[in-house]
Amino acid sequence: MNVYEPNQSRNDQDSTIQAQSLNTPGVWSGFWATFKRDGLIAVRHRGEMANPIMFFLMVITMVPLGISPEKAVLAMLAPGMIWVVALLATLLSLDGLFRSDFEDGSLEQLLMSPQPLYFQVLAKVSVHWLVTGLPLTIMAPLLGVMLSLPSAGFAPLLASLLLGTACLSLIGSIGAALTVALRKGGLLLSLIIMPLYTPVLIFGASAVNSAVEGFPIGGQLAVLGAFLAVSIILAPLAAAGALRISVNG
Amino acid sequence: MGWQWFHRLGSPRWFYEKTNAWIPWLALLSVALLLVGATWGLGFAPEDSEQGNSYRIIYIHVPASFLALAGYYIMAISGAVGLIWKMKLADMVMKSAAPIGAVLTFIALVTGAIWGKPTWGTWWIWDARITSMLLLFFLYLGVIALQEAFQHQETANKASAILALVGTVNIPIIYKSVDWWYTLHQPATLKFTGESPIDSSMLYPLLTMIVGFYVFFALVLLMRTRTEILQRERKTRWVKALAGGQTS
Repeated sequence: MNVYEPNQSRNDQDSTIQAQSLNTPGVWSGFWATFKRDGLIAVRHRGEMANPIMFFLMVITMVPLGISPEKAVLAMLAPGMIWVVALLATLLSLDGLFRSDFEDGSLEQLLMSPQPLYFQVLAKVSVHWLVTGLPLTIMAPLLGVMLSLPSAGFAPLLASLLLGTACLSLIGSIGAALTVALRKGGLLLSLIIMPLYTPVLIFGASAVNSAVEGFPIGGQLAVLGAFLAVSIILAPLAAAGALRISVNG
Repeated sequence: MGWQWFHRLGSPRWFYEKTNAWIPWLALLSVALLLVGATWGLGFAPEDSEQGNSYRIIYIHVPASFLALAGYYIMAISGAVGLIWKMKLADMVMKSAAPIGAVLTFIALVTGAIWGKPTWGTWWIWDARITSMLLLFFLYLGVIALQEAFQHQETANKASAILALVGTVNIPIIYKSVDWWYTLHQPATLKFTGESPIDSSMLYPLLTMIVGFYVFFALVLLMRTRTEILQRERKTRWVKALAGGQTS
């Protein structure tokens, strides 16, 4: 590991420390550093963490009030409604993905660091998913009960949301990176990202619908998994490129 | 010769002066093709055995849809060229292509709705092909909106180029949607390989219209790009000389 060993016999410990400081930390330690930092920030702002979930809950409450509290109607609407609202909740939370880092300058530090930006973005997106996508997924069965989703739909709802919300966070990071330098980026972010979300929505909601109707859902989940694999590979790349453009002008 | 033309494209001025002579020819050709195709298709092509005369909107609907998709490719590819080779001209082509493509997508949607009313009995249906064309329209609008949002032109170019490239993921889905989810919209009748199910008396005017739309698209794209060149290069001496000879 040592890059050079001036006189190892005299002070072994000293030279190891020196050598370590000359080596830049590896890709994964860079990933974990950003991951921990973002995670810590998220935990310290618990109130903000709750916002997308409250939004999710409130909009779902509007559905029976606005359409019909009748069980049959709600059961029919439930899969799509839960998916659409989870998508909207993710969209609303995306604007903050890079914004505070952009405003206090730490994003520039991230860009200047020798760490590959791909993994830094991936770390930030992972934290974003952990504090929005995952809670939304965990909340979804509760909302399924409120919308009287048939019992066959619960497991597919969880599975499709688990895969799907990760896709949503990844794809959304591109939009967040593109609009981070704009003062009123929030609405624009939704406009440019929503068309890209539709394939995920189609397959996610259709998985739940087919499960309710008693059909196999392997195909839809496989497609969602494929979306996720492709977006893990490509979305952080596009977002990293977009961040460089947004920050450097 | 070789790649010289490609390097020359780096100069908007060279492009502007070179294309000066093309405009009238392209204009003549596109008007001629569109006139011939429209008269042939609307006036002389035989009536459809099932749809009667209402099928004739195909002569607008299909070419517009073709160009709506091709326009997106042109936009995304020139965006990529702009990102990779930092070519000013490519950025301008990308910006100019977006509104034309959006309008063509809109025309495709509207003519489709008008055609749908007599044949399917409804203006709109949430069919895979129609929905994905609507999404294509949204993608165009997103690129235009992003382009408008930035103060700095160069940032706007790069950002919308990235968005256009990400959006290309949707294009194959749109293109294949008719084959994958066979719902109401008929599968593509135009095939360049194998036997075409459409009769040649209807096919030839349609092909004329498609070529006419392509030429028309090229013409409008060229005109918009030239305007964009003048606007962005307005501080240079050659544009000022062109505008009135004042080189102050």
